[in-house]
Amino acid sequence: MIAYVLRRLMQSVLVMLAVALIAFSMFRFIGDPVNSMLPENASVEDRQVLREQLGLDQPVTTQFAKFVTGAVQGEFGVSYRNKRAVSEMIAERLPATLELVLAAAVFALLLGVPMGIYAALHPKGFLANTLNVASLIGISVPTFVTGILLILIFSVWLNWLPSFGRGQTVDIGWWSTGFLTVSGLKSLILPAVMLGLFQVTLIMRLVRAEMMEVLRSDFVRFARARGLSNRAVHFGHALGNTLMPVITIVGLQLGSMIAFAIITETVFQWPGMGLLFIQAVSFADIPVMSAYLVLVALVFVAINMIVDLLYFAIDPRLSVRA
Amino acid sequence: MSTTTFPNAPLLSVRDLSICFDTRHGPLRAVDGITFDLAPGEILGMVGESGAGKSLTGTAITGLLERPGRIDRGEILFEGKRIDTLSPDEMRRLRGRRIGAIFQDPLTSLNPLMTVGQQLVQTIRTHLPKSKDAARARAIECLAEVGIPAPEARIDQYPHQFSGGMRQRVVIALALCAEPSLVIADEPTTALDVSIQAQILDLLKKMCRERGAAVILVTHDMGVIAETADRVAVMYSGRVVEIGSVDRVVRDPRHPYTKGLMQSIPRVGSGVQRLTQIDGAMPRLTDLPSGCAFHPRCPRAFDTCQQTRPAALPVEGGHVACHLYQEEPA
Repeated sequence: MIAYVLRRLMQSVLVMLAVALIAFSMFRFIGDPVNSMLPENASVEDRQVLREQLGLDQPVTTQFAKFVTGAVQGEFGVSYRNKRAVSEMIAERLPATLELVLAAAVFALLLGVPMGIYAALHPKGFLANTLNVASLIGISVPTFVTGILLILIFSVWLNWLPSFGRGQTVDIGWWSTGFLTVSGLKSLILPAVMLGLFQVTLIMRLVRAEMMEVLRSDFVRFARARGLSNRAVHFGHALGNTLMPVITIVGLQLGSMIAFAIITETVFQWPGMGLLFIQAVSFADIPVMSAYLVLVALVFVAINMIVDLLYFAIDPRLSVRA
Repeated sequence: MSTTTFPNAPLLSVRDLSICFDTRHGPLRAVDGITFDLAPGEILGMVGESGAGKSLTGTAITGLLERPGRIDRGEILFEGKRIDTLSPDEMRRLRGRRIGAIFQDPLTSLNPLMTVGQQLVQTIRTHLPKSKDAARARAIECLAEVGIPAPEARIDQYPHQFSGGMRQRVVIALALCAEPSLVIADEPTTALDVSIQAQILDLLKKMCRERGAAVILVTHDMGVIAETADRVAVMYSGRVVEIGSVDRVVRDPRHPYTKGLMQSIPRVGSGVQRLTQIDGAMPRLTDLPSGCAFHPRCPRAFDTCQQTRPAALPVEGGHVACHLYQEEPA
């Protein structure tokens, strides 16, 4: 088990180094930042000074080494656009994105898993078929369309929920949370639904398919043959065996929700990392972009690692082999 | 008339049971009017090729038949009461408690995520009013009874920590832990090593004899039946073609299909001898021949066989469904 964790950690470090290389190479290939940072009439000396300040006069390998050591400490240099430390800007935006993703993920799981179980247990039922068709729509409609529709219905027509922003937030240390105020929670609903809706349908279809598969298996048949109650068979025996692939996918989706919160954050002007990234892209603000890239990769790697460790907790067959 | 007599009333009585599958092309009859009795404590072997309907019959008795399969005719009486019309919940209470079942593959019959003990305790507590500790104590006893060494330690292990033979022992313990009076064993040894098969069969036989439980042993292996069962029902195309005591059927098979089966078993000590086989294959359910379903493959078929379906005729301690015996005095 420990050997396995160490091996996985090694692999993760390699992946992160590769991502860092890509993030770093953005600096080399997307034009000269000095041009965009200084006014057009800046002198050659000014340029040289800035170049030295940014460390752009050093050899590539040294620059990369500096980039990596900085990144490990959470330092990604200074934003070209805002002239502020990137780490500071990200720390400001991180809570908004994480809270949004957390709310969307909880929404998706609380709705998707029970719906999937229901659809698997009543495969021919009217409600299950309705859910199935609805999920097909949910999976095919692009998220920005659902977002705009949600705004139209709940903000414009019904005027129940705000259409943009985070509402009031409360600072707990450096973390600003929207969970503690009414306006913060109300602002969270629409973006969380938009971000989570696709996941609901995905999780529902996945749970349904996996559960139907497990319900056909021999040990479920044998459990029935022993006269166990439907409850014990469905939830005690079938559900546990359904969870392995579901956890894998949910883990991956959690990562992609953080990455693709960009669209939701743009639609709802949600002050999170995604919005920061979009703004950075339009200004070719490479330190911010590369920091975002590294951070998202880190989230993916970390979640994958956690998922792998969860397998050990769930499946006793693995802990013996490792 | 019938020479079959039981000391007691039959434990299980299957009367004219038919199972059909509703398909897009109309219903397909997979089991067609089978009738047999089972005495308490008796071991009945059911033998036949794949698709003969033997497993389906077992499934129907346990009430686990799934759509599109359904019983469309006949009745199943267990301890004198009809069970094919019970509600799902009543049937569930009977399953495991009064009627146990053992399936073919011990490797997949156990939930991989639960310890053997959890599965036993759950089953025991479903049927018997026992505290957790009492159920656990009973579970350890069960494991000891099926010959699992150090049951106190092994009860907390997971199925993957057991070998195939040991897992089938656990399956037997699970099927018998609530002491059912009927056990349906569907190919219980097919997936096991030959060297383990005899052990498991002996164990099953011993356990059931000790508890007075009757067994329906479904298999395609006539050798297994000869060693284990008291009586044997030979099935072909969803029908019982011959039923009788194992001694009689092995010594003197009547139905041409049974004769064919017997001749295809190699015998030890009879010198080098070519095994005869029955030519052809069992007909598909979609195009069953008229009359006797076996007539296209039967070496002794005559005109009547193509026209009318043979009725079950009493023979020495059983029945045979074959026109050859029509004229003989009963």
